[in-house]
Amino acid sequence: MELIIDITLLTFLGLTALAINRIDKLFCVIMLSGIYSLLCASLFVTMDAVDVAFTEAAVGTGIATVLLLSTIGATETEQRSAPRRPLFALLVVCATGAILVYGTMDMPAFGDPNAPIHQHVAPRYVQQSQQEVGSDNIVTSILSSYRGFDTLGETVVIFTAGLSVVGLIGFRGMQKFGDRQRAAGITRDEMEQHLVLRIVIKMFIPLILLFALYVQFHGDFGPGGGFQAGVIFASGFIFYTLMFGLDAAMRVVSPRTLSYIAALGVLLYGGVGIATMLMGGNYLDYDVLRHDPLHGQHLGIFLIELGVGTTVFSVMVLIFFAFSSRKGLRQ
Amino acid sequence: MNIGAHYNYWVAIFLMMTGFYVVITHGNLIKKLIGLNLFTTSVFILYISLAKVRGGTAPIIAPGIEVYSNPLPHVLILTAIVVGVATTAVGLALALLIYDRYGTLEEEEIRLKDDSL
Repeated sequence: MELIIDITLLTFLGLTALAINRIDKLFCVIMLSGIYSLLCASLFVTMDAVDVAFTEAAVGTGIATVLLLSTIGATETEQRSAPRRPLFALLVVCATGAILVYGTMDMPAFGDPNAPIHQHVAPRYVQQSQQEVGSDNIVTSILSSYRGFDTLGETVVIFTAGLSVVGLIGFRGMQKFGDRQRAAGITRDEMEQHLVLRIVIKMFIPLILLFALYVQFHGDFGPGGGFQAGVIFASGFIFYTLMFGLDAAMRVVSPRTLSYIAALGVLLYGGVGIATMLMGGNYLDYDVLRHDPLHGQHLGIFLIELGVGTTVFSVMVLIFFAFSSRKGLRQ
Repeated sequence: MNIGAHYNYWVAIFLMMTGFYVVITHGNLIKKLIGLNLFTTSVFILYISLAKVRGGTAPIIAPGIEVYSNPLPHVLILTAIVVGVATTAVGLALALLIYDRYGTLEEEEIRLKDDSL
């Protein structure tokens, strides 16, 4: 049964990818890429990667789609050029694909418990993480404790990406969006007439934010953690912005505040590492934070997940603000 | 040779090659970025397929469960997804700036404008 679901989802993925290749209307392509992400998330659930599925669903179908849509909103909505040298490209792609398929012949079968990947360090994570780190969710233990350095690096990458987008698009123009709109005589939002949508969204937003907090603080015991929570919290805000306008959203939290929060998250993460060093341990060795190593781990994971969550949230909202502030610029 | 044993890998390769094809043949910058996303996601699928253990369950410790899927690739991909969307955003921001300067997102037209300068 599981295999049938797996194969069906994979086949759908392939078909969606082909459709993305063929269609010229960018709006349809973006919607298809949202569907593609949702299919991916379902596939990840069938392959036991619940944390990954969570993230893919929130990022791929939510944030990536919204960012792409705001880009075509500010530019053009149709691809005008025909594919360039399609036959030659097809040849290159087929040859590369054939070599890769040849490479898979030596790979262990799907789901083989004796595959090399399951022999090295994974058994230790599975068997001992609960005694060493104390968290039920092994993914959280690895993410924030065993491989805390990696995660720090990823958080810095996200922060840097946020900085680059803001640097490219411009911070001042973003802050002056409201002034520009008023100068152009746009005082009412075009969404104001959709009464039902507005009321339903008003009811939804607190639930989304509450769910994001649950995902943030429940990451030790179930699927969840800072990355997912940050993205879900950000989608709550983006939802609000889509409905009530950028000007209103910027009054809730200004771009300047967001940039401070983003930096604060990275600082919190790095600061926990410094604190552990000052207390006599290694960098990001949470054991020394409290008298009992398990309590120390618990506190350390709580703090760095909070750092990740705030950085991811603020960078995502900041990027979205930057993109949507372009809308009024060209008219 | 069992088809079910390698089907996941093959589809991952197929998706990767579709993304590759989109990137090299299409001139529209947004379409290129979406193709790049297809490519990245195929790598995610490959990694998660490798992590799966037959009869295993999600790596959250619960009483009475012995076999878990490998949690390590999950961690790698979980962070990669968020980093992926952040880098896509940088790409889109660059596309927006190119549109401001050239008034088009088609590669050929951008090149023509460059040549005519």
